[in-house]
Amino acid sequence: MIGHKLHKPENKIVAFSPETLEKIHELISHYPDGQQKSALLPVLHIAQEELGGFLSADLMDYIASLLNIQSIEVYEVATFYSMFNIDPVGKFVIDVCRTGPCAICGGEQILDYLKKKLNINEGETTPDGLFTINAVECLGACGAAPVMQVNTEFHEFLTSEKIDILLDNLREMANEKKVSQSRWVEKFF
Amino acid sequence: MGRKILLEKAGIPGIREFSIYRHHGGYGSAEKALIKMSPAEILQEVTRSGLRGRGGAGFPTGLKWSFLDRKCTNPRFLICNADESEPGTFKDRYLMEFLPHLVLEGLIISSFALGANTCYIYVRGEFKTLIGILQKAINEAYQQNFLGKNILGTGYSLDIFVHPGAGAYICGEETALLESLEGKRGNPRIKPPFPAYKGLYGCPTMVNNVETLAAIGPIIEMGGEAYASIGKGKSTGTKLISACGNINKPGVYEIDLGLPVEDFIYSKEFCGGIKDGKRLKAVVPGGSSVPILPAELILRTAGGQQRLMTYESLADGGFDSGSMLGSGGFIVYNEDACIVRNTWNFTRFYQHESCGQCSPCREGTGWMEKVLNRLEHGLGKMSDIDLLASIAGKIEGTTICPLGDAAAWPVSSAIRHFRQEFEFHAEHPEIVRKINHGALVKNQESNIQYR
Repeated sequence: MIGHKLHKPENKIVAFSPETLEKIHELISHYPDGQQKSALLPVLHIAQEELGGFLSADLMDYIASLLNIQSIEVYEVATFYSMFNIDPVGKFVIDVCRTGPCAICGGEQILDYLKKKLNINEGETTPDGLFTINAVECLGACGAAPVMQVNTEFHEFLTSEKIDILLDNLREMANEKKVSQSRWVEKFF
Repeated sequence: MGRKILLEKAGIPGIREFSIYRHHGGYGSAEKALIKMSPAEILQEVTRSGLRGRGGAGFPTGLKWSFLDRKCTNPRFLICNADESEPGTFKDRYLMEFLPHLVLEGLIISSFALGANTCYIYVRGEFKTLIGILQKAINEAYQQNFLGKNILGTGYSLDIFVHPGAGAYICGEETALLESLEGKRGNPRIKPPFPAYKGLYGCPTMVNNVETLAAIGPIIEMGGEAYASIGKGKSTGTKLISACGNINKPGVYEIDLGLPVEDFIYSKEFCGGIKDGKRLKAVVPGGSSVPILPAELILRTAGGQQRLMTYESLADGGFDSGSMLGSGGFIVYNEDACIVRNTWNFTRFYQHESCGQCSPCREGTGWMEKVLNRLEHGLGKMSDIDLLASIAGKIEGTTICPLGDAAAWPVSSAIRHFRQEFEFHAEHPEIVRKINHGALVKNQESNIQYR
């Protein structure tokens, strides 16, 4: 179980782009009539990715209105699943696996190395807003231990050298404002 | 090389594409099943094959299918459980990544056999890349009329949708999965009613693991009897084993059930022995939930017989001296591994993943984590060991879903087989505080805050 404290609504206007909105309506059609709530998880993934990296109360209220459900139904789901961020995060969210198989293959040292290198603790974001480190449980890639994900992209058989190179690459990507991520909204069609 | 049934086509370049999969005989079973066979005949073949659920429980698939409420006039659903989250298990990921059409073919045949016109693949959210791969394969299958309306002119229609999870181990439990698919928190439901009667949206629903469903195509192709002739006793066919930990060749291997465990660990074809020439200390043979066994008990049963990779042989001796085949997540520990640290690690996992619905699990996992945490960091005492065993015993069997059992078994089995290590931690706090007993993480300063 994860404990979360929700933020208060600021009554900011949030909205998907018309293109994304069209896709979301198509997504809702994947479920039987009247079961639009089923689309909540995929819609939250899309919302988090396209509208700021985390789920503010305003954003969750907006999603509740889109799916015609109560706000609380969104809050309780958003705080249950570990992939949803309730607090703001950096541009690159680094999820380091620390569960059994990764741990016995050096996962704990990888987490320590990252924390030292970025000078932050798990759950924190670097002051430049680039990196957030999370210690997460099993990512289902134990054969490639130790592993981590950067914005859900896998990085496997990690070493400190690999991390050095990766962080440099990510900084470069941020400088050039490149977005290499494949979008959630494109995954379901 | 061993026999390959599921992974037969895995090495073919471009096999993710429909045309190449088709060129190599793919979708032949779907054609055979939909055009030449009745749903009852398919069920008969699956029952004959002796196929057992590959997600961990090992329940006979044919029998499970036979439970589906066929009198109810509501729509039926097939759910492919791809929420693979059990530590040590990464076989379904491999299937979906490299053979998405094999998975789809299994889904098509199974949906037809069960009379389902809608099928959801519930994939854990961290596998975002795989969702793209599956969706591309689904789109191809629609184009080729293996999905959609009036498939191959048979009058049968089927839609398959991919649904993402969002990071919750509990959603691998079938009723929690259904709750999650309905857009709710993943709190398991009380059974009965079983999903076969009241599942998704209250309709008859079948939930099967990816590997189970992927095996349906080959079973239809070769016939149930031929499939059942592979393996040993009630452990028929082949099984994917995902091997990891301190071994030379971690990876996903397809084995004939019945292979000696010793061969699996030491053969060059599979794990390739223990890494860096070290000695084998222990194995968790079926994903983090199943009991850990020390080297002597994983290679041979308490009765002195060779331990085999079968549901029965791995369970031989009950929980006193046996374990389970589980999901096939095979985690190997070398002589340096600290069993207390590993048990603490797993318990922290279960504490994190407990949905919080049942008190024994919600409170018990956190309590065990605290006790193990202090033992591992030199703050424990001798009475903690019996306390742990007692908490584990009180979680087991007292919760709605098996997560409670899954959290209890690693703890009780670690104490059963490695009690001296726990005692060492309690007796030598100053040593374990400085170095990790088992020398896994050497000289790491403890930064633990004990409450």
